[in-house]
Amino acid sequence: MLKLPIYLDNNATTPMDPRVLETMTPFFLEHFGNAASRNHPFGWEAEEAVDYAREQVAKLINADPKEIIFTSGATEGDNLAIKGVFEMYASKGNHIITATTEHKAVLDTCKHIEKSGGEVTYLQVKKDGLIDLKELEAAIKPTTILIAIMYANNEIGTVMPIKEISTIARKHGVLLFTDGTQAVGKIPVDVNKDGIDLMAFSAHKMYGPKGVGALYVRRKNPRVKVTAQMDGGGHERGMRSGTLNVPGIVGFGKACELCMLDMEEDTKRISILRDKLETELMKLEEAYINGSTEHRLPHVTNISFKHVEGEGLLMGFNKNIALSSGSACTSASLEPSYVLKALGLGDDLAHSSLRFGLGRFTTEEQIDYTIKAISETVLKLREMSPLWEMYKEGIDLSTIEWAAH
Amino acid sequence: MAYSEKVIDHYQNPKNVGTLDKAKKNVGTGLVGAPECGDVMRLQIEVDDATGMITDAKFKTFGCGSAIASSSLATEWLKGKSVDDALKIDNMDIVEELNLPPVKIHCSVLAEDAIKAAINDYRVKNGLEEIKFEESVVH
Repeated sequence: MLKLPIYLDNNATTPMDPRVLETMTPFFLEHFGNAASRNHPFGWEAEEAVDYAREQVAKLINADPKEIIFTSGATEGDNLAIKGVFEMYASKGNHIITATTEHKAVLDTCKHIEKSGGEVTYLQVKKDGLIDLKELEAAIKPTTILIAIMYANNEIGTVMPIKEISTIARKHGVLLFTDGTQAVGKIPVDVNKDGIDLMAFSAHKMYGPKGVGALYVRRKNPRVKVTAQMDGGGHERGMRSGTLNVPGIVGFGKACELCMLDMEEDTKRISILRDKLETELMKLEEAYINGSTEHRLPHVTNISFKHVEGEGLLMGFNKNIALSSGSACTSASLEPSYVLKALGLGDDLAHSSLRFGLGRFTTEEQIDYTIKAISETVLKLREMSPLWEMYKEGIDLSTIEWAAH
Repeated sequence: MAYSEKVIDHYQNPKNVGTLDKAKKNVGTGLVGAPECGDVMRLQIEVDDATGMITDAKFKTFGCGSAIASSSLATEWLKGKSVDDALKIDNMDIVEELNLPPVKIHCSVLAEDAIKAAINDYRVKNGLEEIKFEESVVH
């Protein structure tokens, strides 16, 4: 029996794997110690568990355990990396390069940097959501200290050419920070092969608990340092003070281990489901896939259904299917997704988009249900859409003078 | 955001979806909003020339559930009203009836604008003067 509602918003967060929860439970109850307590068994147990988790996390990205700084999540990691490098390398320069399709945690941190006397270049992306490597290299100046480009995009799943980006960064002696939130645990990420200097990621996007994440900080070739953004007991090699979230970290470690074990099989199975969903939905007229289909996460697709508004579309099935849309129809923000707009999509197509994030627990039955529900709703709303009627009558919508609104 | 039951009902069972023949002299058409803003409403009225009563009303809307519900409700209210009474429909009546949250008030404003635009279209077609309305405040 199909159980409703169906969850297809795995880019927002993932359900926890029951195997992860199992490893965490004892660390709430009998092993509750503070990992910084050096003088008794409670502390020793906690420290040992954290060390083990650090190894599990490091292994997933081929890092050294000493290069893992535990944080509260990727937003904190993004802040610590960008602000931390900006402060630590102030004598070298004040220029940072990023892209317009980054997550708000990166973009808003960059805005903060600008207010603090830094200079930021925001690279445009191409139609497929990827940055132009020549433009990146041309943007590097003598004062450039950091390139901050995400590994994979949260809205369209586009995977950036991180290896090529790091080659350019190395050539010019600039550090590379990547927000790996959507990629780590889903596709192979190897900080050494990829040449990454700093990388933020989060447990809850990979079937782990919320409220815990990590910042990878390279220790060799080059040795990277960041200025702490929180003062206190000097935890995490002085880079991130605050009592460690031991149960969360234990769960994070387990989640990483499981991702490593299951990645190949998960990817194979989920990408078949994603492709089925996409192929079937693309049979609808005037449907468009947003972003590169070649360089893309295996579990993500973002599709615009022209002449139907995204929020109205969601309402047709959001009791039964959890999805998100690039449209935000509120008086506070009539602006549709800035990521889709950065691809050069017109506002009409950006308003008409749905984001699908499949996951480890997505089944074929769920995908079949979703295909049917969405296809029916699109057809129903198009019957109700004046734009669809005009389109069908052969009227070029761009020639109409719309009342300013 | 949780929608009110009335919005959900209009969304699931919209009243008076369709198209009237805009070439007819006694049909007034109002097309408001813009695709870039995420909502476009087309509202049409058919008027009995002899009595000045609205005999039929139809809509098509591209937009969120609240926009669809606002226009569906508007067509229900228009039918059987005189053109003069139709002008008295206020967007806040729609907000109240549908329990629209503040972020969705613009949907009701759009519906009111659509009604006015349809009436003006009808008036102009029939040699009457266009009514000048004050600019809507909430946009």
